[in-house]
Order: sequence, then structure tokens, then C-alpha cells
Amino acid sequence: MTEQILHDLRLFYPETALVLAFLAAIIADLIFRRSTKVVAFVALAGLAVTGVLVLGQSTMHASIFSNMIAVDSFAFFFKLLIVFSAVLIVVFSLSSAELNSAGRRLGEYYSLLLALTLGMMLMAGASNLLMMYLALELSSITSYILSGYTREAQDSSEASLKYVIYGSLSSGLMLYGISIIYGMTGSLDLYTINQVLAGGEVNSLALLIAGILVIAGFGYKISAVPFHFWTPDVYEGAPITITAFLSVASKAGGFAMMIRFFKVTFFDSSILTLPEGAWESVQGFDWVAVIVALSVLTMTFGNLVAIWQNNLKRMLAYSSIAHAGYMLMGIVVLNNEGLAAIMLYFVVYLFMNLGAFYIVMLVANKIGSEDIDDYRGIGPKAPLAMVALSIFLVSLTGLPPTAGFIGKLYLFAALLNSGWVWLAVVGALNSVVSLYYYVRVFRNMYLRSDERHSNVSLDFSFAQKLVIMFLLVPTLLFGLYFTPLVQLAQASVKIFGTP
Amino acid sequence: METFFAEFIRWLPKVGLSHFLIVSAILFALGIYGISTRRNAIMVLMGVELVLNAANINFVAFSRYGGVNFDGQVAAIFVIILAAAEAAVALAIVLNIYQRFQTVNVDEISTMKE
Repeated sequence: MTEQILHDLRLFYPETALVLAFLAAIIADLIFRRSTKVVAFVALAGLAVTGVLVLGQSTMHASIFSNMIAVDSFAFFFKLLIVFSAVLIVVFSLSSAELNSAGRRLGEYYSLLLALTLGMMLMAGASNLLMMYLALELSSITSYILSGYTREAQDSSEASLKYVIYGSLSSGLMLYGISIIYGMTGSLDLYTINQVLAGGEVNSLALLIAGILVIAGFGYKISAVPFHFWTPDVYEGAPITITAFLSVASKAGGFAMMIRFFKVTFFDSSILTLPEGAWESVQGFDWVAVIVALSVLTMTFGNLVAIWQNNLKRMLAYSSIAHAGYMLMGIVVLNNEGLAAIMLYFVVYLFMNLGAFYIVMLVANKIGSEDIDDYRGIGPKAPLAMVALSIFLVSLTGLPPTAGFIGKLYLFAALLNSGWVWLAVVGALNSVVSLYYYVRVFRNMYLRSDERHSNVSLDFSFAQKLVIMFLLVPTLLFGLYFTPLVQLAQASVKIFGTP
Repeated sequence: METFFAEFIRWLPKVGLSHFLIVSAILFALGIYGISTRRNAIMVLMGVELVLNAANINFVAFSRYGGVNFDGQVAAIFVIILAAAEAAVALAIVLNIYQRFQTVNVDEISTMKE
């Protein structure tokens, strides 16, 4: 027993490192009260160590702590994504004006950011319903606090209230669903639940209800319609850095958890180790219909409402809802090709979405507004940043030669290969709709003029330009040279941790 | 109707799994009702607590009467702790809202446009 736990702890090093970094950040905050930068660098160092430790897990497939957490290449991929975006968010936070305004203590901010990252990493690996719930709550509770971090701003307070109400409702629904699943199968462990379901003695109506309740929890994390109500307000009100983090990493964690839940629980367990072939459902119920409905609703709603938005942050919130819809299409096909497409899409989405949010933040630092109308005529003033923003938006639309195109290409290819032509058409039509509102931004930047900002200077520092380039280059590069990324995604999806 | 009541009276004292499930279902429904109808943020949060406790009753009852394992009871303990943590954060947020808006009515706290 002790041997086993000690052995398992060795596979838990990345998370342990993150916990230590969390503690170190708190202590650093106590010691260096005057300069907040120190805590940021402690957080960066902690994340770097975590990242290195995660890299060491690339080929593992194990299940640790009595099947509580799976350490496999699938979790590895998402953990890497989450840690990487956390590093970028800490870098963003260093130059955010709303966070660094006078008199604000940022120590807790960075330590909570680390706790949030830990919650997401646990979400990526959780293979027990209780562990899933705990990981979801760890990341939710910290994000409630972080989204209201600029307390003196009304929007920020409002955002955190709406987040806490919708978040706790969704997690309550999920917990009730989990309790019903526990009652029917007598276990919280996904692998055992799978075996019981394979026995076929479970009432499928009760399973349907419980499953939908559990999906409410996942749907809230990935902001899928109809569990999206919190998204626009929270994304608009929260500090931009937190909005960016929630839109990428939180979604990645939610997707990882959802995919693992579906793949392990409802399908024949041979798919966990067999890389090829369609999945065989162990229950008579058609889960695909639920996911298809979610996916179509989510992307259509997100895109149609995004058209009417005037606040760029809010527009990006709706666009991130739409992107969750695109990614859900990858689950529908029920094979590893679809999953690999989702993971590829996530990498691309990380660069383009964080890039867009970063530039919105830089501009908001200078002109104090995120209104699309206030972007009139600022294109020529900051050539690099605005060209970069245009490229990120083109990439979010999914046009070549950007990385967004490759992400969508693989998703649609996976759909077409499994005969989901109509769904691919819906997805493509949605992309066309999204072109309209993305283009509106750079039409304002270049083709309209406005005297109001004629004397505002939009000079960004060298470091900020460097960060922009760091996000811009992959967005363009992956549009042309994407083979290694595809191979990584395909390798990561092959093996799921088995007990 | 009378036979139904007679049946019901006879069923009532034989406490078993279904009694607990019915109580938990009622609690869950009341919680959802409270969340969707109450306008006071504190009352909404109390609705959430009802939902969480409905799930807790399910966990413990299934663990006790299903006779399988203690997973459910352990889960209930974790949920109690998490509910406390969540309530602490939520109340702090509501307090902050009150200082900002001088109200905790969720309908009035809506400055961001749709």
C-alpha cells in the first residue's frame, strides 16, 4: 500500500510542484510586500518547473491513487496546453494596466492563478467522478475570485456574482447527476461504471437523466449552449487576462474531462488501447444525438449573437462559445480522428485567441475602452499590433493561410470521413457568419477614421511586441507547416490510462 | 383514493432507500425552484445549498442501502467541505456587490448590456 502510494506520488510530481509554487507565491508575497513583480516571477518559475515535469510524462500511461487520476498521453497533451497558457497569462498580467493600477496587491492574484492552473490540470487527468467534481470546483472557486479581482470596477463585481450563481448551479446539477450514477452502478470510478454499464442492467432512462445532469457541469465549463449564460457577462467584466485564461485553459480542462468521461464510461473499453476504429457503445442509448444538438446550438447561437456586439471583449466571448461548438463536432464522430482534430484545434485556438485578447488588452491600456467603435482609425498608428490583431481574427474565422484554417480543416475532414456531411455544412456556414463580425473590427481599424483618438499614442514596448510576435509566428507557421502538431495530437489520443 | 392512502400509511414506517430518494428529489426540486424564482442573491445561494444537500442525501442513502461500498459517504464529506468553501467565496462576493450596488437583488445588478 505505502509502496504503491510512493510510486504513484512520483507520477504526481507536476501537480505537487504546482502546489509548492502556490505556497512559495504566498510566502513571496508576504516577504516582498513592496514589489509585486517578485511574486509574478515566482509563479513563472513554478510554472516552468511544472512544465518540465509534465514533459517527462509524455509516454506514460498509468492510473494513480486507486484510479483517481489517469496519467496518460491524453492528459499530458492537455496539461502541457494548460501550463503553457498559464505562463502566457502571467506574462500578460505583467503589462496589464487594470491589474497594475496603484494600490492593488497582486500577490493573491498570482497565487490564485496557480491554484486555478492546478484545478485545470487535475481536470485533465481525473478518472473518478468525485475527483472530476473536486477538480471542477477547485478551478471554479478560484475563477470566481479572479473574475472579480478588480473589485472597484462595477463590471468586475457583477461578473463574479453571475459567475458564482451560474457556476454553483451547474456544479450542483452535475453533483446530483453523479449521485444518481453512483446509485445505479455502485461506483464513482469510471472504469468500474463502464463494466457495470456493459453488463446492461442499468435503467437507460435514469442513465439519460443522470448523463444530461452531468453534461450540465461540463457544458458550463466549456460554455456550451444552453449552459452558457455566464459567459458573456463574465468575459466582459473580468480582467482581460482572466478572460483570456478562462477562454482557453478552462475550456481545455472542461473538454479533456468531458472527452474522458464519454470515452471511458459509455464505450467498449477496448477503445482505450486500440488506436483505430469506431467506438462501440455499451449502452443502447444514443449519446451522439445529445452532443450533436449541443454542438449545433452552441456554434449557431454563439455566431449569431456575436454579430450584434459592440464590445470587443464581449464579441470574443460569443466567438469563444462558437468555437466550443466547433470543437464539440469532433466528439460526434466517435473515433480517434475526431479527438485528434479537437486537440489540434485547441493548440491553434490557444495562439490565436490569446493573441487577440492580448492586443485588446494592450489597446485598452492606452485608450481605456474595448468598444469596437473606438477602434476606428487606429490601424495605421500601431502597425505591428493591428496587423497582428487582423491576422488573429482571420485565423479565428478559419481562412488560409493561418493556423485556424488547419484546425477547421482537420475537424471537417474528420466529420466528412465518418459521413457527417450535414454537420460539416452547418459548421462551414457558421464560419461564414463569423467572418462578418471579425471583419467588422478591421474595417473599423483601417477604413474608418475618427478624430477622438488622433492624439493618443499607441506605442508598445519592445517586450510587448516580442510577446505579440511570439503568438503571431505560430499562428502563421502552423498554417503552413503543421505536420508535427498533427502527429503530436494523433500520438496523444492513442492511449488512455487504464487501470 | 382511500386504498391509496391506506397503502401509503402502511408504506411510510418501513423506511428504506426510496424514502430517502423521495426526500432528496423534493429537496432538489425546491432548490431549483428557489434558484429560478428568488431575486435575492442570498436566497439563490441557499437554493444551491439545497441542491448540493439533495445530492448528499442520495450519496449516503445509496451507500447505506445499496450495500456496496463507502464511496458515497466519502463523497458526501467532500461535498460538505466544498459547499462550505463555495459559500464562503460566494458570500464574500455578495458582500462586495452590496458595497458596490447597495442591493443584492440579482435583477438590479445588470449594468452590462446584452
